[in-house]
Amino acid sequence: MSRFDWLPDFLAKLEDASITAPCGPASGGTPASLLVVDAADWGRVASVAISFNCRLAGLWGDQREGKIMLFCCLERQGDYLLLRTAVPLSHPELPSHTFWFPSADRLERHARDLLGVIFTRHPDSRRWTRHRAWPETDYPLRSDFPAAGRRTTKTPQDEEYPFLRAKGTGVYEIPVGPVHAGIIEPGHFRFQAVGEEVLNLEERLGYLHKGIEKIAVGRDSAGLARLAGRVSGDSTVAHAWAACQAMERAAGIEPPPRGLALRALLAERERIANHLGDIGAICNDVGFAFALYQFSRLREIWQRRSAELFGHRLLMDRVVPGGVGVDLESNGSLSLREDHRLLRKELNGLFDILEDHPSLEDRLLTTGRLTAESARSLGSLGYVGKASGQGFDVRHNNPYAPYDRMEVAVPVFEEGDVAARVRVRMEEVRISLDLLDCLLAGLPAGEVRQEMPSLISSAEGVGFVEGWRGEIITYVRFDGEGRVARFFPRDPSWFTWPALERIVLGNIVPDFPVCNKSVNGSYSGHDL
Amino acid sequence: MLRVLNKIFRTGVLTETPPVISESELERCGIEVRRRIDARFGGSLAIRQVDAGSCNGCELEIHALNNPYHDVERFGIHFVASPRHADALLVTGPVSRHMEAALRRVYNATPAPKFVIAAGDCACDGGEFGISYASCGAVENVLPVDVKIAGCPPAPLDLLRGLLAALGEGSDQS
Ligand code: SF4
Repeated sequence: MSRFDWLPDFLAKLEDASITAPCGPASGGTPASLLVVDAADWGRVASVAISFNCRLAGLWGDQREGKIMLFCCLERQGDYLLLRTAVPLSHPELPSHTFWFPSADRLERHARDLLGVIFTRHPDSRRWTRHRAWPETDYPLRSDFPAAGRRTTKTPQDEEYPFLRAKGTGVYEIPVGPVHAGIIEPGHFRFQAVGEEVLNLEERLGYLHKGIEKIAVGRDSAGLARLAGRVSGDSTVAHAWAACQAMERAAGIEPPPRGLALRALLAERERIANHLGDIGAICNDVGFAFALYQFSRLREIWQRRSAELFGHRLLMDRVVPGGVGVDLESNGSLSLREDHRLLRKELNGLFDILEDHPSLEDRLLTTGRLTAESARSLGSLGYVGKASGQGFDVRHNNPYAPYDRMEVAVPVFEEGDVAARVRVRMEEVRISLDLLDCLLAGLPAGEVRQEMPSLISSAEGVGFVEGWRGEIITYVRFDGEGRVARFFPRDPSWFTWPALERIVLGNIVPDFPVCNKSVNGSYSGHDL
Repeated sequence: MLRVLNKIFRTGVLTETPPVISESELERCGIEVRRRIDARFGGSLAIRQVDAGSCNGCELEIHALNNPYHDVERFGIHFVASPRHADALLVTGPVSRHMEAALRRVYNATPAPKFVIAAGDCACDGGEFGISYASCGAVENVLPVDVKIAGCPPAPLDLLRGLLAALGEGSDQS
């Protein structure tokens, strides 16, 4: 199977539908093909794409003077196809993709709230990211909207969001949040329940909207990398990497091999740290405090090593444009290898305990099921997708350096329950440990960083990176002065939050925390 | 079950063995915190944590305060589920405008006397996000702040030092 061997058939299908769309490589070194589509055909292209089993992987807009460019990123067999169209700013209207791709729903509503794009035939006319920080008639990502905003008074509470209502005897509603009981991010959940059983869950996110896309505008590459590293603090390495990859592609450079290997090393460390934390927390949510104690202990040891060798417990700001900002000495390598050996040994024992502990079995098996069908239609990624039969992993399906020279195994399960999402994490920790040893063994010599060109003018790039939650897609465009003109990081949580709404159906309300933790969507990475 | 017990037995109590960072500093700091909590709050300080716009990095480190290495409960600090039970608010992030009203409500629901700790660079001065159409910047732009803990994110020990500083303030209330 070679890259894009399906594309000629796809183009022929478009031609049959009398859609003319010139196709060529996307800009820079972006490993995608670009299809330029007429706005009127936008919906019909989606209908062909769905019949081709494409996955919708991202959707965003970008104002360029009197036009808004719309991008839709499709994926099939690991190949990325970017669709692009343009609508006039005076009349920014085009057909919605949501009818064909439910995963487009919130991304389109986000583009409408921030850019004023009107998606016709969108099934849900309600706002999404917008609460009360700016009025309906304003669009923060338009160039005439000041980054400072126009509000001079306190922001009122968002009270009028039209939630779905369930009526009937015995149906009651439980509103939760935005401030939750634990130490977690804010968001609102509206449950309809009968007795203990959840009939419906509706999420209301956007509380953490910090204007990341807008405040990125005007930054230089170093400033954008810092911001990208704070899109979601637990995924700082992955997001910074995706943004840097996009910028490097725009600039036409590639970091030196040692820099790339170290990026992967940091990314795998991040994956392990988060999985360890999650495994402990999920078990704790069903009352197995032993696991929390053990896994938070292992996570702490891991983070301390990160601080010692790389200077930061969460590895923030270590990935920089052109490479990495830290190097690894040879005795550092030795300590890491020893860490890996010890962690493996501990995990063997601990995973065995988790695997056949009766109380965990009782609470995690069959709880919070996501069917393969739902996972596919929602485009769910990472451990959520992998636990429900969706075996996609950028490192495996469209490997970027240094993964292009490694075998990345992808654990896939069919059960789709909380237990399967725990199992994917356990497998991924093991796989990452192997990758880490492999990276250390083959660590290339040389520089860790290449200078970025001083001026990256009017260029764009897209980054594709497998973060610990799954695929991250980041779009960056530079203006004529070499400043960032557009930044859109698509966190995998866009496609796992909607999955959570399905996962809890038919479960009991008290199991919501464990279902939620097993998905662990990023609020910040989604709200932007 | 035997394996669980065996693992617990072998793991032992970690809380006092010093691995990489200076645990004695943690101890020293913690014992001082404990002393002040005993004097001012009758033995326990209830903290309500509020993420008002954080990237979640600060939350990870606040979580780490409860891991077996730090185990801040032993110093009398515990995190509570409701502001109505809280002596102090630990606020992270720049305050996003969409969280502004919720943060005020949490503050109003916290019984006086109360104090507010701004944790992390974002909470202290807006950090990487600053003030914009979507962000109010520092917590003090929305609420009166008693103590600031810098860092992006502040490490658990920095958080503990900050709490110590917080407890040192306003000794007249003791
Ligand atoms: S201080 Fe740093 S870690 Fe904390 S919320 Fe701000 S950016 Fe995230």
